[in-house]
Amino acid sequence: MVRSRDDIVRTIGKPLLADDERVKISCRNVNVYYGEKRAIREVSVDIAEQEVTAFIGPSGCGKSTFLRCINRMNDTIKSCRVEGEITLDREDIYDRNVDPVLLRARIGMVFQKPNPFPKSIFENVAYGPRIHGLARNKSELDEIVITSLEKAGLFSEVKDQLDHPGTGLSGGQQQRLCIARAISVQPEVILMDEPCSALDPIATAKIEELIDELRRNFTIIIVTHSMQQAARVSQRTAFFHLGNLVEVDDTNTIFVNPEHKLTQDYITGRYG
Amino acid sequence: MQYAYLLILITLLSAIGYYLGRQRSSRLVKQEIRRLHSLPGHYGMYVALWCSVPAVIILGLWITLQSSAIESLVISALPPEIQSLPQEQLSLVLNDIINIAGGIIVSDAPDEFLLAAAGHYNQLKGTGFLALAALLMTVCAGGLAMGMRYIRPDMRARIKVERTMQALMLLCSAVAIVTTIGIVLSVLFESIRFFNQIPVTDFLFGLKWSPQIAIRPDQVGASGSFGIVPLLAGTLMISLIAMLVAVPTGLMSAVYMSEYASDKIRTVVKPLLEILAGIPTVVYGFFAALTVAPFIREMGGRFGIDVSSESALAAGLVMGIMIIPFISSLSDDVINAVPQELRDASLSIGATRSETVVRVVLPAALPGIVGSILLGVSRAVGETMIVVMAAGLTAKLTANPFEAVTTFTVQIVTLLIGDQEFDSPKTLAAFALGLVLFVITLCLNVIALYVVRRYREEYE
Repeated sequence: MVRSRDDIVRTIGKPLLADDERVKISCRNVNVYYGEKRAIREVSVDIAEQEVTAFIGPSGCGKSTFLRCINRMNDTIKSCRVEGEITLDREDIYDRNVDPVLLRARIGMVFQKPNPFPKSIFENVAYGPRIHGLARNKSELDEIVITSLEKAGLFSEVKDQLDHPGTGLSGGQQQRLCIARAISVQPEVILMDEPCSALDPIATAKIEELIDELRRNFTIIIVTHSMQQAARVSQRTAFFHLGNLVEVDDTNTIFVNPEHKLTQDYITGRYG
Repeated sequence: MQYAYLLILITLLSAIGYYLGRQRSSRLVKQEIRRLHSLPGHYGMYVALWCSVPAVIILGLWITLQSSAIESLVISALPPEIQSLPQEQLSLVLNDIINIAGGIIVSDAPDEFLLAAAGHYNQLKGTGFLALAALLMTVCAGGLAMGMRYIRPDMRARIKVERTMQALMLLCSAVAIVTTIGIVLSVLFESIRFFNQIPVTDFLFGLKWSPQIAIRPDQVGASGSFGIVPLLAGTLMISLIAMLVAVPTGLMSAVYMSEYASDKIRTVVKPLLEILAGIPTVVYGFFAALTVAPFIREMGGRFGIDVSSESALAAGLVMGIMIIPFISSLSDDVINAVPQELRDASLSIGATRSETVVRVVLPAALPGIVGSILLGVSRAVGETMIVVMAAGLTAKLTANPFEAVTTFTVQIVTLLIGDQEFDSPKTLAAFALGLVLFVITLCLNVIALYVVRRYREEYE
């Protein structure tokens, strides 16, 4: 139920895709509450398949909260409530019959701070395939681990130390290990919550390159604080402000010719 | 106690020193505190330390040396025929003197020289106290003056005060260490005396425990035997039963409380569980002896099993209940300390909550969990009251939990209760048992340390 409509901003630009075939995730009138406080207001947007969508906006604008709705990670926060409809391949993910555990196997996530398990590099990547029973024997498991590490661009760096602890890697390597862990269960979508905010510029460049690479096989949504990053890696960009989705459009349009005053101010660095 | 007055006096003087030091330091720089190296309070502390530390050291030395000094003075003033008595009798006489001096009249008509000596003793004590008080006052005042003289704006008072505080903390931890060493040594020496009379091999590998020593050579059942195997078996069996109860229950409740329970349930259940830890073990003992043991006996009777009224099972079960809160509370803390990011990572790959707990949270918390289990085991091995009340005193070598058994701690208690002579193996055996108990817990600690190091998963 919508409590008040007055402070809701109507999203401008192209939040919905014209071509229905390309829609991977579609969100309609999504509201998120933390207790009584509404963190996301009436957000409707489509996410296209095999493309990078960037969520940008100032701190506390709700972009991470919205991201966590898509794989139902908000379910783990007790005070959090989600309203509205989110579909993945036209199936409502908040339907009673949907098991969030299976959903999360289809929608992987990479977090802001690299969070490898305190296990070996191999075990970190093998974790997902093991719990989902993706490998019938040791050699299949080896193969999954190696391909995942290769896809994450980490294999050549760690191939001689697969039994070393994952926590012993550098920050950038840890984050790529987390990406390898996420893609090891062959998800369709990868959510990235500010994946480079804890990394130095060189590690960041490597991850951005990787994201561009991964786009061929996965649908990617990336939350970022850095507008340059959004401009570099994404095809479409969504600008959030105070829980509202202000403007969505092709990344080019957003950065070259933004329509909304708030977007212009943010892009030109007047605040944020 | 007179010395308490002296301590109060030193404290008062130090407080004055603190005040004066503050005053002087801020006056030296005409209230411009920034020009001081340290804050005025540090200069105050500096003076207070000069005032109190030497005085306290002297007080301590005086207290330790005073009694022997006075005693030798009193003895040297005694008539020569008494002085020439052998050592033991002389100390008896000295005891009499001290008793009389304290107002306790031992015999109806004490000898003339005893009364005189008692008077002498009291007089020496009085003068000694006055001398001490005067000395302390001088030292305090001298220290205060010294401290005040050293105050300069560029004097690094804070660093000096902090160094002194560090030394004080070191001293405090040294007290704990020295005490431990002292306990170990005293147990060790008494045990060596025991092993001089009973061979170590008989003690460690003997299968019969019946600690009696004949008073007359022709006494019945005179030969004592000191084999600890039955005690070891009893201790291990009861501890094993206790851990079988406590570890699963404690761990499961810890996992429930930290991973599944809502905040509401947690705030109620956790304190309730911790109340269990506060129940005195004697009360657990009642419970074991009066409720659990008869219940087990009756149940056993129904199934045709012969259960004695005091059984290892009853004691072990109740001991397990006693240990639950140690394991659950500590494990709960370490499980809570596992970073939320690890849980998020696991859930975001599509792991269920239980998979996350088993594969990520528990391995990460393992060192702490092993620590809590170890603490539980040491409690179980060292627990006395429950076993005394519910497991019995018969040292029987058996693997049947329905029979009465006994443990190290119970035997130590029974060996030392009542009037005992300290040169018979029967009494000394208690120390040897204590030593064995100590070695067992030490080994457990070493093993646990090894396990923790071997299987630790590093996070951060």
